[in-house]
Amino acid sequence: MIRLHQVVKRYGRFEAVKGLDLEIRAGELFGLLGPNGAGKTTTMRIIAGILAPTSGTIEIAGIDVMRKPVLAKANLGFIPDRPFVYDKLTGAEFLRFTAALYGQDGAEIETRIDELMDLFELTRWKHELTEAYSHGMRQKLIIASALVHRPKVIVVDEPMVGLDPKAAKLLKLIFRRFVERGGTVLMSTHTLEIVEDMCDRVGIIRQGELVACGTVDDLRHSASDAKAGLEDLFLRLTGGHVEHDLDAVLG
Amino acid sequence: MSSTIWTPSLAELPVRPKQPTLLQLTSPKWRSIWARLRRSPGERIRGRTVLLLVAAVGFFLVAFAISWRIVNYFKGVPEIGPLLASKMLGMALLAFMSILLLSNLIGSLSTFFLARDLDMLVAAPVEWGNFYIAKLAETVIHSSWMVGLLAVPLLAAYGIAWHGGLLFPLVAAGALIPLFIIPAVIGSVITLALVNIFPARRTRDILGLVTVLAAGGLVLFARLARPEQLARPEGFANLVDFIAVLRTPSHPLLPSEWAQQMIMNWLNHVGDPLPLALLWTTAGAFIVIAAALHRRWHITGFAKAQEGAEHFVRGARWNGLAKKILIGMPAMRREFILKDLRVFFRDSTQWSQLILLGVLVPVMLLNVQMLPLPKGEQVQPGLIAVILFAAQGLAGFVIAGTAERLVFPAISLEGRQLWLLRSSPLDAGAMLRSKYLVGVVPLLLLALALTITTNHLLHASDFMTLVSVATVVAYTLAVGGLALGMGALFPQFDTENAAQIATSFGGLVFMLIAVALLGVVTALELWPVLDEIHAREAGALTMTVTIYGWIAFAGVGGLCVAAGAIPLGLARRRLESLEA
Repeated sequence: MIRLHQVVKRYGRFEAVKGLDLEIRAGELFGLLGPNGAGKTTTMRIIAGILAPTSGTIEIAGIDVMRKPVLAKANLGFIPDRPFVYDKLTGAEFLRFTAALYGQDGAEIETRIDELMDLFELTRWKHELTEAYSHGMRQKLIIASALVHRPKVIVVDEPMVGLDPKAAKLLKLIFRRFVERGGTVLMSTHTLEIVEDMCDRVGIIRQGELVACGTVDDLRHSASDAKAGLEDLFLRLTGGHVEHDLDAVLG
Repeated sequence: MSSTIWTPSLAELPVRPKQPTLLQLTSPKWRSIWARLRRSPGERIRGRTVLLLVAAVGFFLVAFAISWRIVNYFKGVPEIGPLLASKMLGMALLAFMSILLLSNLIGSLSTFFLARDLDMLVAAPVEWGNFYIAKLAETVIHSSWMVGLLAVPLLAAYGIAWHGGLLFPLVAAGALIPLFIIPAVIGSVITLALVNIFPARRTRDILGLVTVLAAGGLVLFARLARPEQLARPEGFANLVDFIAVLRTPSHPLLPSEWAQQMIMNWLNHVGDPLPLALLWTTAGAFIVIAAALHRRWHITGFAKAQEGAEHFVRGARWNGLAKKILIGMPAMRREFILKDLRVFFRDSTQWSQLILLGVLVPVMLLNVQMLPLPKGEQVQPGLIAVILFAAQGLAGFVIAGTAERLVFPAISLEGRQLWLLRSSPLDAGAMLRSKYLVGVVPLLLLALALTITTNHLLHASDFMTLVSVATVVAYTLAVGGLALGMGALFPQFDTENAAQIATSFGGLVFMLIAVALLGVVTALELWPVLDEIHAREAGALTMTVTIYGWIAFAGVGGLCVAAGAIPLGLARRRLESLEA
């Protein structure tokens, strides 16, 4: 459902993504992990068509994003890491506008908006301007906007930021049901518990390169440590170290 | 882990941390500008930069040539020449100061109360004096750079015409710097008062209204004052009266008058330090007073700035009407247009720009009425044509100014939501078409209303009315495309205040091109129009346009199509490659 072939992204001399190959199948929830600045958000934005790759190809539902962007994006729901919406639109107007960007309108969309508002407990604020929404409410609205047109693929960057535990649990449930119905989710996150709980497969990206890919058990196997937690695996694979002289830093 | 690591004892706390320097406090701003200007060694200089440099040099040369010619003309007038030139400098500096006051009002609201770096600065142990000076410096530079650039060719003309010498630039800078500081301080104090009275979001609305009303009032005042009378001494009873008017300072307490005196004293070799002292002591005293006021009231205003979000939606009836009008359109285009209309009318910083129109239109019609219309039976048709062209020029200028305010910011205003537009199947062309439609329809209505009214007031012939209406329609369609395209080529995605988008560098470039287009269109049409008038005088009963006339009209049409379509094409390519 999502396929990346030799994707490279350069900013001047800096190579943010280095020849990335990745295939995520229909009905799969894939987690992309990596330290800060590893190239996760760049990769997500390339897949969503917001950034253009320097080279390589990206396909969504078998359609090349660069060659046929309109057709490819019609299958996609994108949830960015920062919830910027139009401050002067109401929640319902924002969802109606998003649906229209995907060519959908009419009574069916109105029902869908009501359903989603109800699901995310935003019905009370449906007709209020989004400038009055809290960060979490905006995040919920953006998640709703990614679902409003019934996409086949969801690309989500740091989905849990700003959500309360109830909304976070709801989101996990939505993603799980979505993939059970044949949808595909590509999720970038730093929260290892979420990856361990939810993802069918995990990719670990470091300095723009995919250094590991597979189920958590596959990663344990490759690390020759059947009992290792994801945190340990992550640190081993990304070369990070947390042991510092804290007394010197904080004292 | 020991709790002492996390909670240092009071004895360990520094009483007064060392204060950052002004350079350190403003480093995020100037380093960002520096980073934008600096190129990595391997990067090629882009064509756009070269084009901009050529346009800027061209503008400076033209502005200098015009200023130099006017200054020399005035200087050459026997007896009263130097007085006239001095008066003209005073008027120019007064105009600069008025513009500065308005731009500083908008600018200081952003820098002191809405900027994104304020959370960090206010939370840091920075002394109020340092904080105020840093933010004031940011406001002065942000609001004054354009006026500073405009002042260079004018003052260079004075310096060269009067042989000001190598030190003249220093004298001019010594006069201009306090002239830039004083309006910024006044702007910061007015904003401080307004933010403390209203929540900042409401203040932004109110400030938008105040600014636009003030700008409109200024234009109206300038028109009613009829400064052109100064160039017509025959209106005065005798020469002594006229010289007396020229010698009297029109506004003795205004800093612009002191700056004018300081510059003219140097040029006329008069050793009077009073204007210099007045300028710098006033600027210094204003800064001290304003810093004290900010120390007392900034924090309450800043706290209010973070409150006051609007909850409810107004204009449900208009919303319904717009929906009904657009019902036949495809969903994507209809909702895009509706979204643009809703955002425009719900954001006071945007819709308040319409008030400027409410002032510009009467000023323009007043100008038309004040034009020296020939009376009696011996009316020269050629003169009527020239007057009609002047009126057409005024209408064109009003349309360009309106497009700069309403259409130019359209793409910049999408800044933070680009993730949504770029990740959706929305085609860049469809987005531009929707925005063009939203912008150009009201512009066309305005253009037609202005043109038909002025033609009626001037009793224009059918031929002239036809030419005017066709021209203004072609020009408006072109300017709409030009404004939208230039807005996409020079976007201001990170702006904290919508009113600042139109006054950015790109806005200035747009206005220069729009005015140049107006000039070329008028020049091309003058020939066939005069030909037709001469043919009428010779007894022709029907409209007579020669082959050369048709070529000129076709040239106007082609030019307008190119001026609108080329920027839109470039904008489409830019939007398609835009990385959000």
